[in-house]
Amino acid sequence: MKPNALLLNDKDNVVTVTRSLSAGENVVFLAGGEYVTLITSGVPAYHKVARKDIQAGEDVVKYGQVMAVATTNIKTGEHVHTQNVKSKVQ
Amino acid sequence: MEFWGYRRPDGKVGVRNHVLVVATVGCAGEVARKVAESLNGTVSFVCQGGCAAGIKDLEATRAVLLGMIANPNIYGTVAIGLGCEFNKMEDFLALARERTCKPIVGFTIQEEGGSINTIAVATRAAQQMVSEATECVRELCPISELTLGIECGGSDATSGLVSNPVMGLVSDKLIAAGGTSMYSETVEMIGAEHLLAAQAAEPAVAQRILEVVKGREEEQIRSGEDIRKIQPSPGNKAGGITTLEEKSLGCVHKGGHTPVMEMCAYAQVPTRKGLVLMDTPCFDLLSVTAKIAGGCQVVVFTTGRGNTIGNPVAPVMKVTANVDTYHHMLDNHDVDMSAVVAGDRSLEEQADITLQEIIKVMNGKLTKAEIQKFGYAETVVSQPTDYI
Repeated sequence: MKPNALLLNDKDNVVTVTRSLSAGENVVFLAGGEYVTLITSGVPAYHKVARKDIQAGEDVVKYGQVMAVATTNIKTGEHVHTQNVKSKVQ
Repeated sequence: MEFWGYRRPDGKVGVRNHVLVVATVGCAGEVARKVAESLNGTVSFVCQGGCAAGIKDLEATRAVLLGMIANPNIYGTVAIGLGCEFNKMEDFLALARERTCKPIVGFTIQEEGGSINTIAVATRAAQQMVSEATECVRELCPISELTLGIECGGSDATSGLVSNPVMGLVSDKLIAAGGTSMYSETVEMIGAEHLLAAQAAEPAVAQRILEVVKGREEEQIRSGEDIRKIQPSPGNKAGGITTLEEKSLGCVHKGGHTPVMEMCAYAQVPTRKGLVLMDTPCFDLLSVTAKIAGGCQVVVFTTGRGNTIGNPVAPVMKVTANVDTYHHMLDNHDVDMSAVVAGDRSLEEQADITLQEIIKVMNGKLTKAEIQKFGYAETVVSQPTDYI
């Protein structure tokens, strides 16, 4: 099993994929030395997917830091981008 | 961790042993270039300022020139001026001697009687200085003597994903060993300034970070640019960067996780060890120059699209995690971090490999930009008021 996504910090609720993945494909990443597998709804290369369910209004965390807030409920494996999150400083 | 460096009379440690031939005004630039080109062991760089300058312009030019002279990679300096310029040689030499007790001599073209006479006396002085410099022997020094500059430019998604986080871990390791890590490019802190303030070692540092970032943002607004409205760019978004703070987080991550000890002014030498920031524009040539003037002996430059630049005073190591860029521009890149993107190596492992490579460069291994003799034309000085 080879990872196709990176978890940058244990606190993160998103992972970044290193190649584009179609709906139904596995997202594989290392977390604490263990391989974790999710099923994605489809995501372009270097974009983010939810590592766990994120509720509307919840912070989106990457690099161990808040990078956005969810505008809708986001399911595990779903593409996280401008359609379901927004900036907290703009 | 230790490295082999040159211990200078002012106590600092260099990783190179150059004699600097510096023009203190643009009018002396060609004379300085000819002197430096005619000898082994010398370096020089373009200086277009030094005259017809407002106070801020002259301060910026002097800050860079004096910083380069004081940089521990420099053994000593031959300064060349014209004679009638704002940056008067006598005053400039006095300022240099306040900064460092290293050797320095100065000549002016008007006093020496033209360019060819000045080339002759300055070349003779520089030759003598190179002869003395090459008697210096490297000695084993603790890594705590290193001030590492970190720059990012020509970024793509792999920069925020791998090369900047790797450099964050390198910073953490260097700082744990007592060293200093510095990054700059204030405009790329916008959107992450609250996080940097929270990372500050004390409230006064946090307040200064917020003031400096706000100042740069207001300067942009005055010139008709609103970073918050135009960032991230459509290309950034297509590449997976969703928000301004995500983009800035990718940039600021290269400093690592230790407290921010200081926000230095442009080209200022830090007064504290650990993680320090410097207030500069994000034009890579300018911010690399400012960090080296601030005392960085080595700069690591993270890139995604590929980059070429060097600097005459300090090695600039180019690193990328984009496998295609690394191989496509193999002539210019020093470290390949793409194994992390491929999932074959952890960020932590890549940080250890990178730190070992930095130590090799400190010990004397030439970067690709140094082998290609890059840097002369890649030194840029800020001109805040565009001359008078």
